[in-house]
Amino acid sequence: MARISITVNQKVRTGNVDPRLLLVHFLREQLRLTGTHIGCDTTQCGACTVLVDGRSAKSCTLFAVQADGSTVTTIEGLAPEGGLHPLQEGFWEEHGLQCGYCTPGMIMAAVTLLQDNPTPSEREIREGISGNFCRCTGYQHIVNAIQHAARKG
Amino acid sequence: MATISPVLPKLVGQRTKRREDPRLIQGRGTYVDDVALVGMQHLAFKRSDVAHGHIRSIDTSAAKAMEGVEAVYTGAEIAEFLAPMPIGTPFPSPDHRAVAVDTVRYGGEPVAVVVAVDRYVARDAADAIVVSYDTLPAVVDLELAMTGKPTVIHPAFPNNLAVALVPSGTGVSASGTVDDTAIDAAFAKAEVVISQRMMNQRLAPSAMEGRGVVAHFEPGKEKMTIWSSTQNPHILKSFIAAMTGLGQDQVRAIAPEVGGGFGAKINIYGEEYVAAAISKRLGIPVKWVEDRSESFVATTHGRDILGYIDLAAKRDGTVLGLKMRLIADIGAYNMLLTAAIPTLTMLMANGTYNIPAIRTTLTEVFTNKTPTDAYRGAGRPEATYFVERAMDMLAHELKMDPAELRRKNFIQPKQFPFATQMGAVYDSGDYEKALDLALKTAKWEQLKAERDAARAQGRLVGLGLAMYVEVCGLGPSSSLPTGGWEHSQVTIERDGRISATTGASPHGQGNETTFAQMLADQFGVPIESITILHGDTGVVKQGIGTFGSRSQAVGGTALHLAGGKVKTKMAKFAAALLEAHEDDLVFENGMIGVKGSPASGKSFASVAAFAYVPVPLPEGLEPGLSDEAFFEPANNTYPFGCHISMIEIDRQTGEPTLLRLIAVDDAGNLINPMIVEGQIHGGLAQGIGQAMIEEVVYSEDGQLLTGSFMDYAIPRAIDFPRFELEATVTPTPVNPLGAKGVGEAGTLGSTPSVVAAVVDALSEFGVKHIDMMLRPEKLWRLIQTGQGRQGGRS
Repeated sequence: MARISITVNQKVRTGNVDPRLLLVHFLREQLRLTGTHIGCDTTQCGACTVLVDGRSAKSCTLFAVQADGSTVTTIEGLAPEGGLHPLQEGFWEEHGLQCGYCTPGMIMAAVTLLQDNPTPSEREIREGISGNFCRCTGYQHIVNAIQHAARKG
Repeated sequence: MATISPVLPKLVGQRTKRREDPRLIQGRGTYVDDVALVGMQHLAFKRSDVAHGHIRSIDTSAAKAMEGVEAVYTGAEIAEFLAPMPIGTPFPSPDHRAVAVDTVRYGGEPVAVVVAVDRYVARDAADAIVVSYDTLPAVVDLELAMTGKPTVIHPAFPNNLAVALVPSGTGVSASGTVDDTAIDAAFAKAEVVISQRMMNQRLAPSAMEGRGVVAHFEPGKEKMTIWSSTQNPHILKSFIAAMTGLGQDQVRAIAPEVGGGFGAKINIYGEEYVAAAISKRLGIPVKWVEDRSESFVATTHGRDILGYIDLAAKRDGTVLGLKMRLIADIGAYNMLLTAAIPTLTMLMANGTYNIPAIRTTLTEVFTNKTPTDAYRGAGRPEATYFVERAMDMLAHELKMDPAELRRKNFIQPKQFPFATQMGAVYDSGDYEKALDLALKTAKWEQLKAERDAARAQGRLVGLGLAMYVEVCGLGPSSSLPTGGWEHSQVTIERDGRISATTGASPHGQGNETTFAQMLADQFGVPIESITILHGDTGVVKQGIGTFGSRSQAVGGTALHLAGGKVKTKMAKFAAALLEAHEDDLVFENGMIGVKGSPASGKSFASVAAFAYVPVPLPEGLEPGLSDEAFFEPANNTYPFGCHISMIEIDRQTGEPTLLRLIAVDDAGNLINPMIVEGQIHGGLAQGIGQAMIEEVVYSEDGQLLTGSFMDYAIPRAIDFPRFELEATVTPTPVNPLGAKGVGEAGTLGSTPSVVAAVVDALSEFGVKHIDMMLRPEKLWRLIQTGQGRQGGRS
């Protein structure tokens, strides 16, 4: 077992973990932050995307021990208490979700996309979220949602 | 004096923002893997790594010895307390165990199950189970399978024929007698006959959330609660009760948030039965959550139907007859609806056309593959694909515009209700209107000029057009073994808020919003005062579920009828309070009052309160405001539309790019156009995905080659242009809402329209048909050979 300390959603969290424990399982099962989902086991789908030290990362592809000492933001910690992040607003306004399973990861990926490029073209948005799969929406309303957030940004 | 309420807008028909979304965008939804119970153990399945073989031995000793392992069961041990898997169709079916006992028939079939303290230990233990097989030859080609070579998968089904041959259509009587006179005459009269072998390939439904189940049997109460990522908790409840020896009153099934279904979560799976049976046996809660690699082998696949299509016509384009010989590769076993899905392909063979004679035959074949079952569209995309490809080939042969050929053969508006050759009765339609709107939206003539100009520059650009009609709003109970009704109970609570249950079980369709829109209008109250309850058989008394584009047309109607009953009763209470006649009352803006003098009315909440403390009780009334309705539709609904594609293919690499996708869909009356657009977008993405990039592929020895998202391509955002949507509105007379259903529509026309566009783009090479999926390598070869091949096999 390895002792780790990770700042998750602005709280310092410590734990004794098996070295093989995935970060996503640490978040979901030890911290009960179940907003981060798991959609594949090969790093294709992006449902597990969180921010690690401010950058989007797929938490099914990191061991919890690799995140020791880092700062992690999950969907639960994206917006200030009681409020919505502009991307969350965008997904709601523009019907950017149906079943909602890919949504947290999609939003977290879009956070980094808009950080890097606050005024992306539609093409750039589509490229920027191509590491995240959605089987419900056909992506058009997700693109609209990100454009909505970019306008608000 | 009553306070003046704000005027509430009518919500039906509005783009109301979804009420489901706040929890989902903040990570506060509860999906099945988010359910955690005290003392819960985890299951992991050991799965066969051969496609076909006898189990010589299973050694579970190492697994059992591992710390944290509660129990290990082989298939033989499971069979001691779990009956064979039931199916939901009347077709003959071989013995199918949730965990294989002595023979495995597809790669990934479970052979043992581990119960352990967490998912890591459970997986380790499953990996420590040693199984040896006497490997048997595998059969993966459906036409080879029909010869009984190289193997027969189920001895009771010679030549691997699950369904030997079912004829349908013109000249086929209900008792199955066959008269060929009309179909033979149609082909004898033909001036041109199009004949083509077409494969509608196997797909993996790939909901982003895999399947999962938590089963919790409480021995003290003799009650089972089962959470499952399912589209139909009430059907699950019935089957779990039957399989665990419990009464339906002793089982509660819960569909929590469900992360997509697309048909693959209709089926009740072996893992669900095993979890329930083990929980009951051990008296502890157990969880199983599928990982993606498992999902590709363990969750049913879709499509996989081969069609031999013959279309007879006159040279002026009048279609005279259609023959459709269908062979469905259903994989290794029958699942809940497996055998019935391809019958929907037969049912929809008429398409949108007035074809005087049609003959279809259907054969279903076992192979050593994962079983098939419903996948979005479920039989109807296959029918649309076969008919529309044949129509395109006919247009090409006759050098007719594909739109004009279709126009010439449409069933006309005055012919509805239209009894098809296949036994369907199309409810309503105006196909020419949808076609015309699509042509206008696409600027068809201009688009053709653009294509021709691009070709003059040496570019490979093509256009494709497809019509579709779909059977939705499933359906009368005569057509569904589960019953075809839907149920709702509407309750006005004592505080004037409304709770309403629905047997529809949404998993992305947004019924918490659309159904609340309906009730808000019906009762004249704010949408914020309404809660829609679904997905829990402990709360929703009865239901069927969400599939076959039925939730609005059938579930929405049940809700509307239940609401109407409650409203009638509430009007009686209000009439007593207001000393007015109930027929003179209006419900609006949170008030119930006499027509024309709303200020004199009573607040909705005060009437609700009176109904629960009725002093004095109005004569002839019972206290309370709650009522239910079952809605049994008299017919299915038949939405339709027209999809147009424009494709460019890179001459150097063969890579196709979708440039335009225009979709005109007619789903009847719409409750929430924003949600409808979302449904169509998603369907288009899956339909285009089938045409362009999706295909389940097996090796010759039955190994799945596309077993992860690295090998099975589901579409990404970058794969699509912005879809261009328009709608025509032809209400259905089948239900009082006039709503037809829209969940699957996008998968119908998009697939053949994309294939038609690619064929058109490659027409200079003599290409007349290409089997899906349209990977660059396949197109590149056609470009290189310069000739193309008719019906080249993929």
